[in-house]
Amino acid sequence: MRWGPRGDGPGYERHRRHAGRGRLHRSRDDRIIAGVAGGLARQLGRDVTVVRIVLVLLALAGGYGVAGYVVAWLLLPAEGSSETIAARATSDRRGIALVLSLVPALVLLLIVLSALRASFLTSLALPIVVSAAGLVLIYRNAEEDERAWLSSTLDALLQRGSEQDRSRRAFTVRLASGCVLLAAGCFVIDDGSLSKSPLRPLGGALFVLAATVVVLGPWWLRLARDLVSERQARIRAEERADMAARVHDSVLQTLAMIQRSANQPQEVAKLARAQERELRTWLFEGRAPGSFGTEGPATLAAGVEQIEREIEAAHGVAVDAVTVGDAPLDDELSALLAAGREATVNAAKWSGATSVSIYLEVEARRVCMYIRDRGSGFDTNSIAGDRRGITESIRGRMQRHGGVAVIRSAPGSGTEVELSVPRRSGRG
Amino acid sequence: MNPARVPRVFLVDDHHLFRSGVRSELGDAVEVVGEADEVPAAIELISERVPDVVLLDVHLPGGGGRAVIEAIKPIHPTVRFLALSVSDAPEDVIAVIRAGARGYVTKTISGPELVDAVVRVASGDAVFSPRLAGFVLDAYASLPDDIERPSSLDVEPDHLSPREHEVLRLIARGYTYKEIARELTISVKTVESHVSAVLRKLQLSTRHQLTRWAAERRLI
Repeated sequence: MRWGPRGDGPGYERHRRHAGRGRLHRSRDDRIIAGVAGGLARQLGRDVTVVRIVLVLLALAGGYGVAGYVVAWLLLPAEGSSETIAARATSDRRGIALVLSLVPALVLLLIVLSALRASFLTSLALPIVVSAAGLVLIYRNAEEDERAWLSSTLDALLQRGSEQDRSRRAFTVRLASGCVLLAAGCFVIDDGSLSKSPLRPLGGALFVLAATVVVLGPWWLRLARDLVSERQARIRAEERADMAARVHDSVLQTLAMIQRSANQPQEVAKLARAQERELRTWLFEGRAPGSFGTEGPATLAAGVEQIEREIEAAHGVAVDAVTVGDAPLDDELSALLAAGREATVNAAKWSGATSVSIYLEVEARRVCMYIRDRGSGFDTNSIAGDRRGITESIRGRMQRHGGVAVIRSAPGSGTEVELSVPRRSGRG
Repeated sequence: MNPARVPRVFLVDDHHLFRSGVRSELGDAVEVVGEADEVPAAIELISERVPDVVLLDVHLPGGGGRAVIEAIKPIHPTVRFLALSVSDAPEDVIAVIRAGARGYVTKTISGPELVDAVVRVASGDAVFSPRLAGFVLDAYASLPDDIERPSSLDVEPDHLSPREHEVLRLIARGYTYKEIARELTISVKTVESHVSAVLRKLQLSTRHQLTRWAAERRLI
């Protein structure tokens, strides 16, 4: 690294690396930017927030903190990988050429700034250029996932990709007003013709701060929001893994029970099916076994599952339900479920089939439900007297709620009941 | 499928009871050439015996069914995989399919149906259970429209054709291929080719959108 010995970054990091236990890595799961603070905190045994505050203070004091962070990003391997970005960068000739071309840019910047008598900006020029050079190398040589993160952050920063025109205009306006504020700040700080009040540098600093907030504020907000939701997702995933492990134990117990009643196939099937549903509910919906049913289902998918479970338990047939999409229950959808349940009971009771399929799909304009069996079937034109009532209760119920029920059946080829209701508009 | 030669099948599942159950259900219709209960053993034995079809549990100690497919595919491209599971989190099932499995059935499947599925996979077709069809419909239905569609070839795998959609819905409703063919007045071969096309799309679709769907599922 050409600039290595000049910044305080590498020396600082190297020192820590030798002082701590093991090798210093960038943390993968505790990171806001590159995980340097997370790695440092782990190494030092300190709270990561303290480390972050120190790093931010360093960054504010002259900008070398930022440069140091970037250099640490380059020189520290990410957790679980042994190669540093810097090691990869040595073979990136174009990247190095780009970085070298920043040197004349630095000289130019220094000349311009000193001409403008913006001395405090002059002191920032070197760390800014070092950081920029480091970021160029990182962007070109980082691993796939980090690169993806960088470019998505960049997109967010530049408001690329989202809502296009409006936000781009807003961004331009923000950038322009930020520049004006920054220029005003520089002017206030540097212009000797203003009164020599001690408030002068303070006022200038306020202007600079306002400029930063105007330009970067929305991006920070979004970053913070993403961070919170990412963390929540991780916690949730961990909980789920824990639950899955617990369930695995109970699976083995059920298997033992099944073995013991192996000579009663009906019993075994029932036991296995009940257990399977229970586990699935627990695993993927986070409801503990038995907690369902005390209050009625709140959504279509939960309602279908309840039908599935209850009819399997009551009639000893397998019910295979597939749902696509979901929606909160209202009067129409409850009616659909009730009719579907009726149809499923019918199939379980009369068809003689060992399994019934339910398919429910939530479409943009309507919700459809299909109940199908491969049982005896019947002639739809000559429905037996005792079954017409049930059919009417399905048909009638659907019609009352603006829906349709179609029953297709023929002797020997099973039955399919198709139910559908339109969805009320304005629901997601 | 040549009737003189039954498919050679390999079982991978971490439950011993389940393996012996499947073995007896498959009976003489197929030749079971081996079984394994974890990923490394499965990889070793499969590459040694090179079966026609591997019946593969989605959840396995040591990396899951996906790890087995990923290890075997490059060395033995002729080996076909049929995923089998009880605990079907959609994202896991889709992941196994995307890794290269030719189909997915639930463990509640009956013996004859399982044999049928194995034969179908052995002859190069795809096997979609109602549940898988449901997952796929769900995945494609929730692919957001706000993402800009590139005007390149990438468009294809990210959208189902109306006909494919229709076929998938019938599968989800519990129709067999034969019943679907009758319903849509097309040949069973055409149904099979639609299903294979969906499988291919699923495997080719831009990773971004399907993983996004999976991530959303996980968060809900």
